[in-house]
Amino acid sequence: MTTLKPVSRGRRTADIGVKWVVLAVCIALWQLAAASAKDPFFPTPQVIGAKMVDLWLSGPASHLFLTEAVAVDVVPSLLRLLAGFFLASVIGITLGLVFGRSDKIYAYISPTLNFLRSIPPPTLLPLFIVLFKDDTVMQLAMIVFGIIWPILLNTIDGAHTLDETVVETTRSMRLSRTRFLATVVFPAALPKIFAGLRVSMSLALILMVISELVGGSDGLGAQMILAQRNFDLPGMWAGIVLLGILGYVLNALLLAVQNRVIGWHTRSKSLTGR
Amino acid sequence: MSRLVRNIIGTVGVLAICELVGRSGLVNPKYLPPPSIIGARLVELLNDRGFSLDVVQSVLSWAMALAIAVGLAVPVGIVFGSIPLVRSAFSAVVEFLRPIPSVALIPLAIIAIKTNPEIKISLAVFGAFWPILFNTMHAMSDIEPVQINTARAFNLSRVRTLTSVKLPSITPFVFTGVRISASVALILIVSTEILAGGGYDSNELWERGGLGTYIVTSSAGGARMDLAIAGTFVAGVIGVVVNMIFTWVQRRWINWSDGDRDR
Repeated sequence: MTTLKPVSRGRRTADIGVKWVVLAVCIALWQLAAASAKDPFFPTPQVIGAKMVDLWLSGPASHLFLTEAVAVDVVPSLLRLLAGFFLASVIGITLGLVFGRSDKIYAYISPTLNFLRSIPPPTLLPLFIVLFKDDTVMQLAMIVFGIIWPILLNTIDGAHTLDETVVETTRSMRLSRTRFLATVVFPAALPKIFAGLRVSMSLALILMVISELVGGSDGLGAQMILAQRNFDLPGMWAGIVLLGILGYVLNALLLAVQNRVIGWHTRSKSLTGR
Repeated sequence: MSRLVRNIIGTVGVLAICELVGRSGLVNPKYLPPPSIIGARLVELLNDRGFSLDVVQSVLSWAMALAIAVGLAVPVGIVFGSIPLVRSAFSAVVEFLRPIPSVALIPLAIIAIKTNPEIKISLAVFGAFWPILFNTMHAMSDIEPVQINTARAFNLSRVRTLTSVKLPSITPFVFTGVRISASVALILIVSTEILAGGGYDSNELWERGGLGTYIVTSSAGGARMDLAIAGTFVAGVIGVVVNMIFTWVQRRWINWSDGDRDR
């Protein structure tokens, strides 16, 4: 029982099978519990599923059955989420590599960074709403500001703890500073960067929703607020479930990219096992 | 130049740039006032009884939510993490529930629960529960088998094995989960306060809206952005203090064996 068990391929497949069986059992239990409770706030999964199909999947076959509501509810949210994630990654990784390799710059900027990252991002929403007149710009700013910190701090950490032998070796090759950062520091920091990216991805979903709940005219958050005003509980649950599915898919995609890019590193689970 | 001198120069520089931008007319000073005005408002706010009550209420709600989440998630994580079959079944459930951004539940909770502090505390407990649970379960499955076998060789009882072998070994990882949960809980508390909106101008601590409500009410229509930004600044200070406490606890009691990790 307590000896080391190497995880074989067969066991992995079994685990994946177990996962979906457990999910099915849970949905069945949820159905039974909700059906017997008859609480209007907790509709059955059947009702929620029907609502989701009705909202988003009852369109014409020529549009892959997607309804026009998909273009209003889901597409804008996803685009903002991905754009925000991309922007935050580019800015966070670039700054992180520079700050991580220069103790001087980092010393000047670190108190400011530490303060900014400690602000709970939603408290900035009122300010951003006033500052950025355009909803999309406001939401993008919110996502980027909220999710940049795990990426930035992890990149700084990864770039900072570079092996000294590597530094000396590349110095002897007389690489320019930019090339040194891009071709040596960046790949070496990748495992830490990916750990940061995964934290940021789940944060991005949170900030996307909250910015749409507070100040949005389209997107899933706006759809849920509308459902709330109309006391349309299945509609709210449909949004919650779809967001869960989005979160699951995005995390799985990022994991796949991570395995592709730093598969060489996956044995070290202290960095990637979260 | 020492590190501290650079820290101070950098911070003063950033503030000076903000002051210049605020006074230059590049931005509307009504919407983004310079730091000097915000500083003056901060002093006023510290003497404002309503604002202090809001801050105290938010911090108390956050602390209660985090305490409840720890109290629920750690025991559940230990039990579920100890039994391999339950563990693999339950990690599947966690894997599907965890990606749901807990802020998505705010609109539902607002109409389902109705009473103000309870809405945000229950949401924060829900959000904070998962990272702690996940880390506890993961840590339980990751205990060095040699340690368990040694305990068994010494004929330690199950309870002794738990208290003197398993618990110390999982603590660092559980604590990391608590840190993540602390910031998630804070996000949920202020988000709920912002969404629940105003109308809570009471002298009773638990009948007020909290810091988030204060910020969103002040900023309504861009009227008093100076107060809203001062409130946001206080939220940042709370975040910094919480971070410092956690870092200190981690250095002092948790990471005694594991080298000295900087961050």
